[in-house]
Amino acid sequence: MARFLISRLLQGIVVVFITMLITFVLLKKAPGGPLDGERAMSEQAKAQLVELYGLNKPIHIQFWRVLKLAVIGELPCDKFRGQMVSDIIRHGFPISAAIGLPALLIAIGLGVPAGALAALRPGSLEDRSAMLMSTLGICAPSLVLGPLIALVFGLKLNWFNVAGWYDADDWVLPSLTLGLIYAAYVARLTRGGLRETLAQEFIRTARAKGAGEGAVVFRHALKLASLPLLNFLGPAAAGLLTGSFVTEMVFQIPGLGQHFISAAINRDYALASATAAFYAAMIVGFNLLVDIIQAVINPRVGLKS
Amino acid sequence: MSTLHESPGQAAWRRLTSHRSTVIAMLFLVFLVLMCGCGPWLSPYTEASQDLKLGASAPSWSHWLGTDSLGRDLFTRLLYGGRMSLLVGMVATLVAMVIGVGYGLLSGLSHPRVDSAMMRFVDILYAFPFMTFVILLTVVFGRELWLLFAAIGAVEWLTMARVVRGQVLALKNQEFITAARAYGASFAQILLRHLLPNVAGSIVIYASLTVPGVMLLEATLSFLGLGVQPPFASWGVLIGEGAGAIQSHPWLLLGPALFFCSTLLALNTLGDALRDALDPKSVSE
Repeated sequence: MARFLISRLLQGIVVVFITMLITFVLLKKAPGGPLDGERAMSEQAKAQLVELYGLNKPIHIQFWRVLKLAVIGELPCDKFRGQMVSDIIRHGFPISAAIGLPALLIAIGLGVPAGALAALRPGSLEDRSAMLMSTLGICAPSLVLGPLIALVFGLKLNWFNVAGWYDADDWVLPSLTLGLIYAAYVARLTRGGLRETLAQEFIRTARAKGAGEGAVVFRHALKLASLPLLNFLGPAAAGLLTGSFVTEMVFQIPGLGQHFISAAINRDYALASATAAFYAAMIVGFNLLVDIIQAVINPRVGLKS
Repeated sequence: MSTLHESPGQAAWRRLTSHRSTVIAMLFLVFLVLMCGCGPWLSPYTEASQDLKLGASAPSWSHWLGTDSLGRDLFTRLLYGGRMSLLVGMVATLVAMVIGVGYGLLSGLSHPRVDSAMMRFVDILYAFPFMTFVILLTVVFGRELWLLFAAIGAVEWLTMARVVRGQVLALKNQEFITAARAYGASFAQILLRHLLPNVAGSIVIYASLTVPGVMLLEATLSFLGLGVQPPFASWGVLIGEGAGAIQSHPWLLLGPALFFCSTLLALNTLGDALRDALDPKSVSE
């Protein structure tokens, strides 16, 4: 166990480091710089800033500076002077998470029962309607569903703000958008996993020894059937919590997702590489969590390092 | 059942066309390709022709799906945008297929040590936040179209490589391969004549499911303003414009959304049906 954790942590650190490095180098290779588009600035002031941020030093030295400052959490932004990258993440992440967490709960709460119901009665009306709904969910991605939900619940029914982050209930529409879409995938994976499991020998054994249908499904089948679902939910949770680019744009949410795009466009090397590294760290963390849960549920999977 | 005299191909075709929804999906896709291919020539408007006096107008007989604030005919723009979206979907899938199939074949046929190292590499790549890299690439290297294809294709090949490699591993020690080797078939012959045809089914299935995924990625990038750039349009661009105008002109969202979603629906339906038709083991009903 300890060996597994250490080797996976080391691997994770390498992934985060490479993500940061690639982001930094790619942006550096792009034309333009963080001082472009500034209003009239004297050559002297510009030269001072270039000196201060080390923009004229060799690229590896610049990266080393960014990395060092990022690790101790004192990396300043290149573009918005006086702002710390850690402050931007500390401010944006809770907002993104406040949308992502309910979305995750909606996805699981809606998707698992729907998929299980569909798997238990193959070909029935429940099965077909659940699968129709999930197909529709997969074919109406957030860039379509988001504006439609804003149109119906925001503009026509006037129940919520169409966009922005002012009122306590502004999380509802973006969470609903993301939750419904992820629920569609969750339902499909649950149905597929459960049906495959129910056809296996040990289920027949469980039935033969007289276990009730409830025990068969919940104690035996659902545990094994959740493996593909868990594999999906790991990266999905990381993506949801760190902010969906599209949904945050549709509902104009000041979360973490928008910072990454604007940082890349503004050539804010520090902010872009730090947010990319943060995102990679979340994925690594959730993947590790999923592997541990899988090993606990199904000892045959084991802990692969 | 009159299945005795059928070739595997005929049997697959019969299974494919036995569901009404699959036939509808196929007809829809053919119709869509024809419409986007030829429609723009038949339309009295062009992609960029403006009618500033008219401005934004709701759907009418002269403008079937309405016009945007510059008075451009939405239906015509949707047809042009469809060309772009379908093109990106097909070319990027092709890129992903070439990389994924090549990598998967090589890995599956290599020495087990090399194979496991190559698959480990794929596992590690899965852990990277690819959306951020695609966004970076499009931000950094301008918004050139070929780069969009390459960036999307380079992201989508991982699962294809896994699928192909798994198939090759299952096939490579079977008797017919051993037999081919025994009568002296070369490596290339075994690869092209014996392995590839047997893996082709999985490739077709997975490729057909990749196309909608790729189209979604393109639409997402264009929606964020990072993909296809004006004066060109794609469905993602049009959905983005529509989403910005839902307060005043909701039809600008509804038209592109309907086209985009029904295309994704048809492609997904076809992909699922292909899986059932080409892989008899997975027939569910």
